[in-house]
Amino acid sequence: MKLININAFKSFFQDGMSIMVGGFMVVGTSEPLIDALVETKVKDLTIICNDAGYPNKGVGKLIENNQVKKLIASHIGLNPTAGKMMANGRLEVELIPQGTLVERIRAGGAGLGGFLTPTGIGTIVEEGKQKMRVDDKEYLLEKPLKADVALIRGSKVDQYGNVIYHATTRNFNPMMAMACNHTFVWPEQIVDTLDPNYIMTPHIFVDYIVKEND
Amino acid sequence: MNNIKDMIARRVALELKDGDVVNLGIGLPTLVANYVPKGINVFFQSENGLINLGPKPEAGEEDPDLTNAGGQPVTILPGGAFFDSALSFSIIRGHHVDLTVLGSLQVDEKGNIANWIIPNKMVPGMGGAMDLLVGAKKVIVAMSHTNKGKPKILKKCSLPLTAKGEVDMIFTEMGVMEITPYGIRLIEINPQYTISEIQEKTEAELIIAKDLKKMELIHEI
Repeated sequence: MKLININAFKSFFQDGMSIMVGGFMVVGTSEPLIDALVETKVKDLTIICNDAGYPNKGVGKLIENNQVKKLIASHIGLNPTAGKMMANGRLEVELIPQGTLVERIRAGGAGLGGFLTPTGIGTIVEEGKQKMRVDDKEYLLEKPLKADVALIRGSKVDQYGNVIYHATTRNFNPMMAMACNHTFVWPEQIVDTLDPNYIMTPHIFVDYIVKEND
Repeated sequence: MNNIKDMIARRVALELKDGDVVNLGIGLPTLVANYVPKGINVFFQSENGLINLGPKPEAGEEDPDLTNAGGQPVTILPGGAFFDSALSFSIIRGHHVDLTVLGSLQVDEKGNIANWIIPNKMVPGMGGAMDLLVGAKKVIVAMSHTNKGKPKILKKCSLPLTAKGEVDMIFTEMGVMEITPYGIRLIEINPQYTISEIQEKTEAELIIAKDLKKMELIHEI
């Protein structure tokens, strides 16, 4: 059975873990899982997320609580706290173009050694990266990205762990579910079964379904 | 300032072609959606994962699960679809977006653009901009002509680039310009300004189109 409660979820975390958090400007981010992680007080985390959320929403809560050592994201513009902490050296931030970030995560879950993208050519993004020419076009070699844990938000999750995402909550969630050793999903709604035609993340990528404590 | 932004957005909207897949950046570019010309049907794509992006919902009708790339509540129009970020950026990098409209800090005569970082000052990140610039079939920069009186259209960008040589056209309150292999050509002029006034506010040397037109501002929505 994949169903665990918040307390069991919290006992899983240790200092220094790398954690992917689904969501785009916190849409599709599981706030209950973030809140539980805040309560664990684990620190020195590497967080991989599209953005820095807002100061009091999404991964912004973890940043505010000084639990994050490094943030890997495509932008941090709507979280001034993250910007300030980056400026005074309290938070390491690695900025990656959004399409490259999600594709690196996809590559991590898909068993690929990386991929070639034209994005970032001629910019500081290419620094330290291998360039390759294919049919007279220049590309950057971007490597796969994996993490210890993925925190996913499912709109509908069945008892097997199959997931459907509603509207724009899907974003990074399906790729992150594939790219981590342990994937936890927070279901907005649990149902017995889902129509296999419409499943977006098959259950094999989901290790635990987390629910409220009894 | 809002008037200037609206004016630029109204002019950019005339570039929309029936059937175009369009991605609008945050800020001024978003206003373009308010001025789609009558008889033109375009499909707005939003990089957070939808096509056929619709207008802002009525108050009380917002769905917290349905936003644009700026995190603002939006709607989805009939025929639309949701997808994940990997597919969204396959659409973007894979040349399936006909037109993107972005704001900018600097643009130069080689079509280089810098709009994601002011080192040690403002570091918001590039978000999806680098992918959009290399992937969209046509790139329009829509912005104010100057920043506090200082030129933003330069011989060479001084800020770190977002993309190299990807800009096709620039729209400002002063006129419409296109990037050519010979430099920046002024093709439309806002009659409130003279050519020399525009050149004065532009660091790059402008090539004046032989058939320089008056900037078209008003049309039927």
